[in-house]
Amino acid sequence: MTDPILQIDAVSKRFTRSPGVLLKGLDRLTGRDSSQTVHAVTDVSLSVPRGEVLGIVGESGCGKSTLGRIVSGIYTPSAGKVTLDGDPVARDSRGNVDKLTTRVQMIHQDPFASLNPRMKVGEIIAEGPRIHGLIPAKDVQSKVRALLEQVGLEGAYANRLPHQFSGGQRQRVAIARALAMQPELLVLDEAVASLDVSIQAQVLNLFMDLRKQLDLTALFISHDLSVVRHVCDRVAIMYLGRVVETAPANQLYEKPLHPYTSALFGSVPTLGTGRARFQPIKGEIPSPINPPKGCAFHPRCPLAGPRCRVEVPRVVNASSERSVACHIQDGGTGAENEAAA
Amino acid sequence: MTVALEVKGLTTQFGTRNGAVTAVNDVSFSVQSGRIMGLVGESGSGKSVTGFSIMGLIDEPGRITDGQVLVQGTNMRDLKPDAQRSMRGRNVAMVFQDPMMTLNPVLRVGDQMAMAVRVHEKVSKSAAWDRAREALEIVGIPAAGERLQAYPHQLSGGMRQRVAIATALLHRPAVIIADEPTTALDVSIQGQILAEVRRLVDETGTAIVWVTHDLAVVSSLADDIAVMYAGRIVESGTAAEVIASPRHPYTRGLIDSVPGLHEPGQKLPQIPGSTPQLANLPSGCPFRPRCPRATEICATQPPHSGTDAHSVLCHHPLEAS
Ligand SMILES: Nc1ncnc2c1ncn2[C@@H]1O[C@H](COP(=O)(O)OP(=O)(O)OP(=O)(O)O)[C@@H](O)[C@H]1O
Ligand SMILES: Nc1ncnc2c1ncn2[C@@H]1O[C@H](COP(=O)(O)OP(=O)(O)O)[C@@H](O)[C@H]1O
Ligand code: SF4
Ligand code: SF4
Ligand SMILES: [Mg+2]
Ligand SMILES: [Mg+2]
Repeated sequence: MTDPILQIDAVSKRFTRSPGVLLKGLDRLTGRDSSQTVHAVTDVSLSVPRGEVLGIVGESGCGKSTLGRIVSGIYTPSAGKVTLDGDPVARDSRGNVDKLTTRVQMIHQDPFASLNPRMKVGEIIAEGPRIHGLIPAKDVQSKVRALLEQVGLEGAYANRLPHQFSGGQRQRVAIARALAMQPELLVLDEAVASLDVSIQAQVLNLFMDLRKQLDLTALFISHDLSVVRHVCDRVAIMYLGRVVETAPANQLYEKPLHPYTSALFGSVPTLGTGRARFQPIKGEIPSPINPPKGCAFHPRCPLAGPRCRVEVPRVVNASSERSVACHIQDGGTGAENEAAA
Repeated sequence: MTVALEVKGLTTQFGTRNGAVTAVNDVSFSVQSGRIMGLVGESGSGKSVTGFSIMGLIDEPGRITDGQVLVQGTNMRDLKPDAQRSMRGRNVAMVFQDPMMTLNPVLRVGDQMAMAVRVHEKVSKSAAWDRAREALEIVGIPAAGERLQAYPHQLSGGMRQRVAIATALLHRPAVIIADEPTTALDVSIQGQILAEVRRLVDETGTAIVWVTHDLAVVSSLADDIAVMYAGRIVESGTAAEVIASPRHPYTRGLIDSVPGLHEPGQKLPQIPGSTPQLANLPSGCPFRPRCPRATEICATQPPHSGTDAHSVLCHHPLEAS
């Protein structure tokens, strides 16, 4: 394996929701503390070698976007650190995102919200490189044209406004804007989630072409398991802020190791299997304000034992390429002992 | 098998600055009791307008211009407004993508469900609460009695959608129109709801039109499929047959572009171009500019071919296999 370009080291992110004025007053009187802490990301470590596309998968609120924003330097982690090519991704003393983080570009789900409606598409694409002096002024126009063509749009579209494009075309513009920065890492956050299937296929094909041409490294955040299987080399599964399993895509889909991963696969309808018998995961996703003690999945896990309710499972290597955080892979859940007793 | 819902030649138009656009164009299908029909298509294809038209919920600038909607044999369009209203909720009910379209945020779940019961039936308040609790139990809500006391914002998104489905079920309607009811939910919650809905239909014999853009959901939930494109149903048949051997070039293209069916990393077969604007449809077959099989004759309106059991709207359908 080549040296990782992105290194995420024991990163956590907590958000504190401060209570309203009334509660604050009450707190002062009673000496209580009503502020709530959301544990959005907890103790995540990942490394991504150059040229890899790593999928980040999980259900709503599990911390995917928060992790993406930490890697992009938009959020400062509450603990742990992120390095890109050995350089820390962080904010400078004035709170500005370090110039370094222009090396990471993020592409969002909503192609409508992420483009300034009053700017021509050509200006949108040229803005970043101009501000950061990446392209000499005289070359800007030809560069913009080349980028538009690279993402499958006509160069002449540079003079149009975003509302003159369809959703799929807008997402191509967003990709062109990101590529204009010559990023070392792309973070795609649900980049195809709002597109219709036929348009989604076009944008996925574009992404696969570009990654080959440009040897892109990317975090591909998605809740869609079949999209992730199609475009990612490796996948990290998240649950309630933690990465519970990491594996090469083909191995993961062939044989998931973590009970949550198996359960997730079991509850997704797929084309071509006919009328499925669903094996939905029981129960609801717990609140990240009060995550369950021990293994956060234990209230929904069919294999949970006494140890799962008290002890957070370590991340252990299941092979040289796979890791998993589950007591079953690390000496047992204690259910066996319970049965024996 | 009894036909619970029959739609014949349904056509709905919207007045726009540039004249009338036809959002639902000569749509016909029927759904039998105890079956689920998946109405699939990409955004803007006319799925929701079809659902609203069936419910008689089209407002200005929209208008149903033609067709019949027969619920248990009664043409909804022949009824006076109050007779229509009394069929809505009792004989045919709707579930929306956003459950808050059904739920009132300032009322307890039990109160609003009881009110929904008493709109159509003269029963005591406590009997209505009992009915509400039963309905919640039917859709698999644990501790139903407690949930009745809750306000909608105290429930998770999945739980709210179950309450909306339970509300639709209160009068054991013959037909439920469900418009993307699980699209905004997480897969684990979606899986739970799909399983409950399937069980429910098998037990109660309700007919469901399940509107969705998600082919995978339809293929694992529905008995029958109708595929919409630019306001028309271009292909219909049993889910198993349409998915396994689609005959309309659009359906074929749609199924082919789903990533799950291909070797990872391979280029996905893609439909060129994008969905047409209703105000600006090509002549003849609206799929023509994107269709690999198009010929000159496709500039004229394509005929229905195939069989009643597997019908396709195309001049050059793919071979039946
Ligand atoms: N700025 C913020 N302030 C407070 N809480 C936040 C903030 N951003 C995220 N959270 C909380 O952190 C948790 C993780 O959120 P995040 O957006 O990372 O989830 P996600 O996995 O991207 O979900 P989705 O699939 O819905 O996009 C959630 O509980 C969310 O409400
Ligand atoms: N109130 C309205 N006024 C004008 N056009 C409308 C209105 N509602 C829907 N339409 C148009 O009807 C078509 C079908 O819409 P819809 O049924 O919502 O599609 P979907 O298949 O995504 O549910 C679209 O082109 C939409 O723009
Ligand atoms: S640690 Fe225990 S509860 Fe958690 S996933 Fe493994 S078996 Fe289930
Ligand atoms: S009618 Fe012609 S253009 Fe339309 S789908 Fe059939 S072959 Fe294609
Ligand atoms: Mg997110
Ligand atoms: Mg719709």
